[in-house]
Amino acid sequence: MPAWPLAAPADDGPGNPWFSWRYVQDNFGDILSALQFHAGLTARAVLIAMIVAVPLAVLAYWIRPLTGPILALSGVLYTIPSLALLALLAPLVGTTTDTSVLIALVLYALLVVVRNSLAGLTQVPGEVRDAALGMGYGKFGRLWRIELPLAVPGIITGLRLATVSTVALVTVGGLIGQGGLGDMILGGFRNNYYKAEIMTASLLCVALALVLDLILAGLGRLLTPWTRERRS
Amino acid sequence: MNYLQEGIVWLNDPLNWTNPDSLLDRLGEHLVITFWAVLLGCAVGWPIGIWLGHRGRGGGAVITVANLTLAIPTLALLTILPLTPLGFGMPPVIVALAVFAIPPLLANAYTGLRQIDPETREAAKGMGLSGNQLLWRVELPLSMPYLAAGLRTAAVQVVATAALAALVNGGGLGEIISAGFGIGMSNGGGGQIVAGGIVVALLALLVEAFLAIVQRLVTPRGLRPARRRRAASAVAAG
Repeated sequence: MPAWPLAAPADDGPGNPWFSWRYVQDNFGDILSALQFHAGLTARAVLIAMIVAVPLAVLAYWIRPLTGPILALSGVLYTIPSLALLALLAPLVGTTTDTSVLIALVLYALLVVVRNSLAGLTQVPGEVRDAALGMGYGKFGRLWRIELPLAVPGIITGLRLATVSTVALVTVGGLIGQGGLGDMILGGFRNNYYKAEIMTASLLCVALALVLDLILAGLGRLLTPWTRERRS
Repeated sequence: MNYLQEGIVWLNDPLNWTNPDSLLDRLGEHLVITFWAVLLGCAVGWPIGIWLGHRGRGGGAVITVANLTLAIPTLALLTILPLTPLGFGMPPVIVALAVFAIPPLLANAYTGLRQIDPETREAAKGMGLSGNQLLWRVELPLSMPYLAAGLRTAAVQVVATAALAALVNGGGLGEIISAGFGIGMSNGGGGQIVAGGIVVALLALLVEAFLAIVQRLVTPRGLRPARRRRAASAVAAG
């Protein structure tokens, strides 16, 4: 067993509050750049995951026997712990850039987006597909004009779940100093348990996840006007 | 440089297994943390989920809570809790991991009880079963596959995230990885980092496979479907 400190640090107390505006003002630039890094990494990871996952879902949708293997493979990737994945990737790609974190994030987001996109595609009613066929749509035309638009709610659900968990997962990149707000959380912990820094970064993480989630939810509403009309 | 090979070489050294604070010690810590976190999660998540499912309300709240916890970084709780009266060491790590184990356990317990055919419930009531009897003799056995699926999701997730405890000196197998980064990748730490990654990944996959078998065993034969069901697993992302 490692020797843990038995009590909170001696300077704990009024001098180390959980939140301080002073800290936020004094370190505004650093906080902002960490937030930007965090948001940028999340956006890149989710975008790449979407570009890979939606075609995979279409493939699984067209060729049913592939559904099992695709879901199983992304399930295995999903089971591998983030720290382990990072430990296996970092020595290969290096720790000077955020590439290893980005790869790990994409791999985790994959399963969620694939599974939900596939669910969105498979719930397209059979009559709709038949009608499209009767109107002379080919395989790709049907996919592009009928099936994908109808699957948008499922895809958006997948993207929302993936975005929220990716924002939380970026912090693990703090292991190699590429964690955005996670660097601040770990930095505060190592810097004599600076509670204000830890709390500010944690709150910003949660806020970022909720804001991105709301943006995607709004985007989903914009893209699927027909669901809104039905509701009102 | 072939890091994978270095990792295997590191794993081949018996001293790396038996030395103090080496693999076996860390594996023990990891399993102890996981066990208590999952137990705590079950103790909180199951009664609430079963009660809500039995009463048949609160579904919206369950989903909201589950989605909200997704947004909280594990690392944030792991760093914040040791600074509270919980103190340093294993207790804050166990509590932090239990917090993330609760949503899948709760959501699956709730879904498990709600998916029971209302007619089955009516029939049981018609046979004169009281509320408690209904719960113990009908609802719980019928929701067993869901309870097991929740336990599996939660346990795999806790085993995986327990590795993060190392970032706040909380023990567990993650310590092998972070110690490797401490040595530095160019100073021979690379092998240790990869070895730690391999061990943590294998452990998670083993737990997943083991619990899949357990899930099958505890499911009453009549309920075993041709296809596997894993309820609400989309909610339980880690």
